Amino acid sequence: MTAAPNVPSLLAVDNLAISYASGESRQQVVHDVSFEVRPGEFVALVGESGSGKTTIAQSVIGLLPRNGRIEAGAIRLNGITISDWNDTRLNSLRGARISLVPQDPGQSLNPTRTIGAQIGEIFRIHGQRDRAEIRRRVIELITRVGLSDPELRAGQYPHELSGGMRQRVLIAIAIALKPELIIADEPTSALDVTVQRRILDLIDDLRREIGTAVLLITHDLGIAADRADRIVVLRHGRIQEQGETRQLIAAPQNVYTRQLLADVPVLAEAVLRPAPSAAAADAVLVRNLTVEFGTAWSRTRFRAVDDVSFRVAKGTTHAIVGESGSGKTTTVRAIVGYQRPTSGQVIVAGTELSSLRGERLRQFRRSIQLVYQNPFGSLDPRQDIRDIIAEPLLNYAPVLRLERQRKVEAMLDRVKLPRAVLDRRPAALSGGQRQRVAIARALILDPPILVLDEAVSALDVTVQAQILKLLDELQRELSLTYLFVSHDLAVVRQIADTVSVFKNGRIVESGAVESVFHHPRDPYTIDLIAAVPGRNLPRRVAIAAE
Amino acid sequence: MSIVQSPEGFATADQPSVSSERWRARLRRLRPGLVLAWATVAIAVAWATLPWLFTSYSPVDGVPRQRRLPPGALHWFGTDELGRDLYARVVHGAVHTLSGALISVAVGLAMGTLIGLIAGSVERRLDDAIMRVIDVMLAVPALLLSLSIIIILGFGTVNAAIAVGVASIASFARLARSEVVRVRRMDYVEAAFGSGGRFFAVLWRHVLPNSLTAVLALAALQFGHAVLAISTLGFLGYGAPPPTPEWGLLISEGRNYISTAWWLTVFPGLVVVAVVLAANRIGQSLVRRTL
Repeated sequence: MTAAPNVPSLLAVDNLAISYASGESRQQVVHDVSFEVRPGEFVALVGESGSGKTTIAQSVIGLLPRNGRIEAGAIRLNGITISDWNDTRLNSLRGARISLVPQDPGQSLNPTRTIGAQIGEIFRIHGQRDRAEIRRRVIELITRVGLSDPELRAGQYPHELSGGMRQRVLIAIAIALKPELIIADEPTSALDVTVQRRILDLIDDLRREIGTAVLLITHDLGIAADRADRIVVLRHGRIQEQGETRQLIAAPQNVYTRQLLADVPVLAEAVLRPAPSAAAADAVLVRNLTVEFGTAWSRTRFRAVDDVSFRVAKGTTHAIVGESGSGKTTTVRAIVGYQRPTSGQVIVAGTELSSLRGERLRQFRRSIQLVYQNPFGSLDPRQDIRDIIAEPLLNYAPVLRLERQRKVEAMLDRVKLPRAVLDRRPAALSGGQRQRVAIARALILDPPILVLDEAVSALDVTVQAQILKLLDELQRELSLTYLFVSHDLAVVRQIADTVSVFKNGRIVESGAVESVFHHPRDPYTIDLIAAVPGRNLPRRVAIAAE
Repeated sequence: MSIVQSPEGFATADQPSVSSERWRARLRRLRPGLVLAWATVAIAVAWATLPWLFTSYSPVDGVPRQRRLPPGALHWFGTDELGRDLYARVVHGAVHTLSGALISVAVGLAMGTLIGLIAGSVERRLDDAIMRVIDVMLAVPALLLSLSIIIILGFGTVNAAIAVGVASIASFARLARSEVVRVRRMDYVEAAFGSGGRFFAVLWRHVLPNSLTAVLALAALQFGHAVLAISTLGFLGYGAPPPTPEWGLLISEGRNYISTAWWLTVFPGLVVVAVVLAANRIGQSLVRRTL
């Protein structure tokens, strides 16, 4: 905190402690947290899930869930304690002096009212009655947050806008009354990287223009490092470290901050992977794959994948990169045999897929397995871990009970889970542990090819780094071929040998990871690479030390 | 949710104490209405299984000199026109009504779940065909449907129970199908197919168990309806034959003496109302917990 100490703080949080009621007991989730935000400053609150960062943000604006309670400490706005105000008093602040940009633009707008009405509401709530004046200001705001055709947008409903556009609407509502502080709770985590960058640019521009301070809540240290003046690192509801961004990034004092910095995938990082031998046979070959979706009634068909071709050599990792709606998941589903291609060929381990039906398709599934994005949905909540991992073995030639037991335990060791989890249900495991279970289930049939559909995207960076390391080890031990679907280019750079960049169902660029990242030719690829946060993070040498 | 855990650590090392804590909290939070409902059902079940513990009178042999006595210390619910103790008849009748309700719920649950499971997992056109038949069943009033089935099967306690059960198949099938459709979209079901699971194995291992929770909650709710429906059929004379002290039949027989012996209809009626309300309350609490 080197900034001039005589500048009075806009927001001061002093020794804040917050607890939640769970059943009859209370559990403290925020311990002794103190930080401040000065006028016009950009402060980032960084932490993993469960670190209490959202709870702190909610307490500032008086929106803690019912079972939450401030146990100690104070929150001051311009020197006035607001943490003991009731809802009615806080309402005069909300929107006018402190405003919130919520996390999920899909859920934060009323689907039955127009955009214009929802932006105009904030003026009405705060006393403006002149309809023409409200309309004028709504149009002005819509223009200000960078949406085209403001008159048209004002009359549209949320479902007619994309995620990024909805987030812009929420930002418009947040800046409507030129508040002194905007709290942005993971404003971009549901958005694609290129959209994410534009939204963050917008918040930054508005901050400079109207002099608003920003408190950004994020799990992404890369974003924080790129944008914030100061960073507050949280873990388990305690502040680990806080300080000016440059200083904190360059010389982290705290062990956890250092760990976090080491785990963030950084684009600039060069990971030395052995070059795939050119002579290696193809594990997956996709030729002119096209997948169309249509409805039974209408003739119009939607082309999700359009004439896509690529090959994956045995023992290598091929990454499929693209934003939502780019057709990457559809492509993968065609390769695993869940989706029939409209035309084109998919050849996996020497087998042409389109000819497979029934029992032969079932036998084919032994050779390629899929790991899903969401480890909370891909494990049956009613099975214990032992049954989940053993289940694929029951589907093929009978394996004796003891043999099955031995295989499950061996696989559990491979994915580095303790034996104790065998008798638990998925609900008793953390996200990272569940994803390890999902990987164990996928590998128990010894498939030569593993497809990972955004398999690390839902995990915290530290856990993500652990899973990536595990995947790397497994690949070397079992000489696996990976098809790695991701929207995160930094992760792709760490793990992949070759990459295909998808846009609107087509491959716009493909090749070896190093050449695509160093010399991108397609403008979209260039845009995508430029959008990856973490530019300000220090460059690291390969994580060769293990 | 608020259990803070290290990213790869275990939150479960102290699980037994956590769960016993949770049980204690749950006990403390018990709502009086729900406790009363469980108590009512427990008494009714006890009547059905161990009737001799509750009354020493015979439910069928009357004492001619004690005809139509009003409720009192000797005969709590009074006596009927043949001098039989009404309380004894209600106690002994529990087994007929409750076992009937049980049979009908079992029929509805089994058939409904099976139909829902089939409809939810086969191809679209067959699904549509099955569900339109179910819609037709739902369109016919349940009592009318039960009556038609009884006419086909013949009178009797078991037949009445089956008829009530068949009439409830449609609502079970509808719920089961929607649950099956929901569960089938889950990643773990696709993963099970993807790891080589055969169609029926996946249905049995994953789809059925995960769809069943909501359906079982409906079964508890349906139990109350079944008691009422069976009593209605008994009242109309389609259920158990006369000497049987089935609750609906008791009300029906007492109806002839309603001006001179009110207790003959009122007490069995109150018992039916109490059991139905209790079953509904329990059913609702289960539905709320699962949905």
